[in-house]
Amino acid sequence: MRMLINVAETVVADALRGMAAAHPELVVDVANRVIVRRDAPVAGKVALLSGGGSGHEPLHGGFVGPGMLDAACPGEVFTSPVPDQMVRAATAVDAGRGVLFVVKNYTGDVLNFRMAAELAEDEGVQVASVLVDDDVAVRDSTFTAGRRGTGATLFVEKIAGAAAEEGMPLERVEAVARKVVASSRSFGVALSACSTPAKGSPTFDLPPGELELGVGIHGEPGRERRAMMTSHEIADFAVDAILEDLRPRLPVLVLVNGMGATPLLELYGFGAEVHRVLDERGVSVARTLVGNYVTSLDMAGCSVTLCQVDEELLRLWDAPVATAGLRWGR
Amino acid sequence: MVDTGFDAGFFVRWMVAAAGLVEQEAGRLTELDSAIGDADHGTNMQRGFAAVVKTLESEPPATPGAVLVTAGRQLISTVGGASGPLYGTLLRRAGKSLGEASEVTVAELQAGLRAGVESVRELGGAAPGDKTMVDALLPGVEALGTSLDAAAGAAEEGALATVPMRAQKGRASYLGERSIGHQDPGATSSALLFAALAEVAR
Repeated sequence: MRMLINVAETVVADALRGMAAAHPELVVDVANRVIVRRDAPVAGKVALLSGGGSGHEPLHGGFVGPGMLDAACPGEVFTSPVPDQMVRAATAVDAGRGVLFVVKNYTGDVLNFRMAAELAEDEGVQVASVLVDDDVAVRDSTFTAGRRGTGATLFVEKIAGAAAEEGMPLERVEAVARKVVASSRSFGVALSACSTPAKGSPTFDLPPGELELGVGIHGEPGRERRAMMTSHEIADFAVDAILEDLRPRLPVLVLVNGMGATPLLELYGFGAEVHRVLDERGVSVARTLVGNYVTSLDMAGCSVTLCQVDEELLRLWDAPVATAGLRWGR
Repeated sequence: MVDTGFDAGFFVRWMVAAAGLVEQEAGRLTELDSAIGDADHGTNMQRGFAAVVKTLESEPPATPGAVLVTAGRQLISTVGGASGPLYGTLLRRAGKSLGEASEVTVAELQAGLRAGVESVRELGGAAPGDKTMVDALLPGVEALGTSLDAAAGAAEEGALATVPMRAQKGRASYLGERSIGHQDPGATSSALLFAALAEVAR
């Protein structure tokens, strides 16, 4: 696999140096792997902090800025960051009104953020955490790791970020974030496996003419493999898998997300199919976002995330945001 | 079995030997992880143990307990993922239970590691048979009562026994039935800890 890198060991640091060069509105600490908005701590505002393995860009670093995250901690590729990073970031952004940790539900992220929350509280930072677990492809049970956090993370970071920007206190921002999690579901499909820089070859074998249904965003294989389907058929499958779990009574936000290597031409075509199925199933759409937002390195494929929104969530979604990866309304 | 005491120097050599085995087996750990995880276990463990060795060699702690606590703290700070907190907790908890003693017996080490494994189970919520590091750690710790070589063998067998298991915890659990037939990478690296222990005692 040809990659646009120097050596595998420095891919994360190299990307962070690039973010620093391209975004003077961010403070990028390459050595300690923390990305913070330059005006942090923002007086009177609850701070939002997220993080996770690298390889999902623009998530999370690309969502740092006014209206969204105050800081992000990138880990190694597909590996949770460590507590030291999170504590450093939390103390940098805390304006005395507390910090909300947005954590995707993976064992590594959960354990490291839990340790970080304890350490940050020892340093006098009030911390609340919200766990994002939107992937319906994972059959949940009390004996397993539970559902994965995927596309809904963008909805949580945007909407809770807007709530914090409006000056809501920590408990309210946390409640808004939880409401978004409870209202969101995702389903992902892979048309090819991804290659991590360290391994240099695809993380699983996907024969030509087949696709993986129910994939996550870490190059792990999905639940089921089938003969290649059309965009129409994939949209039916993905949306129905979501609707089996979440039957929206309110209009939905739709995220048609690319996994990294699928062209926008195909994503928009797929987005049309998603709208068609939703219309057939009687679900009305409030807003749609199409693009590569929660990616999995060079994986080809897509995911669909739906989030049912009341007036408050929709207002917060529409509020201005100014980050490297998401920007509108200013 | 002669229950002679192990000092801090022995514990440092143990961690150095573990780092050597992790380095040697990194490719295999990553290969196992790519089958049911995300292909980085070898790389992450290598980074963590390299940091452990660097710290222990630049500032060698005075007691066996302090060696394990320092190693655990380094793993938490450098590995990331689930392995960092879990391995870090295993060693920190074991180190704390060894207290300030300048030498410890095999029986004390066994008690310490037993406490460490208990903390790993609390943190990760894994039970035996869930296809995790616990499946190698538990038999390894129990066989310490016989000999260090027996512990290494039991941990290795425990890792092999994860092949037919269906993963209930961690990233492999997302695969459900498809996790069956693959050896668990975490159990495999856990067995290396016991292999290193037997190696330095020889």
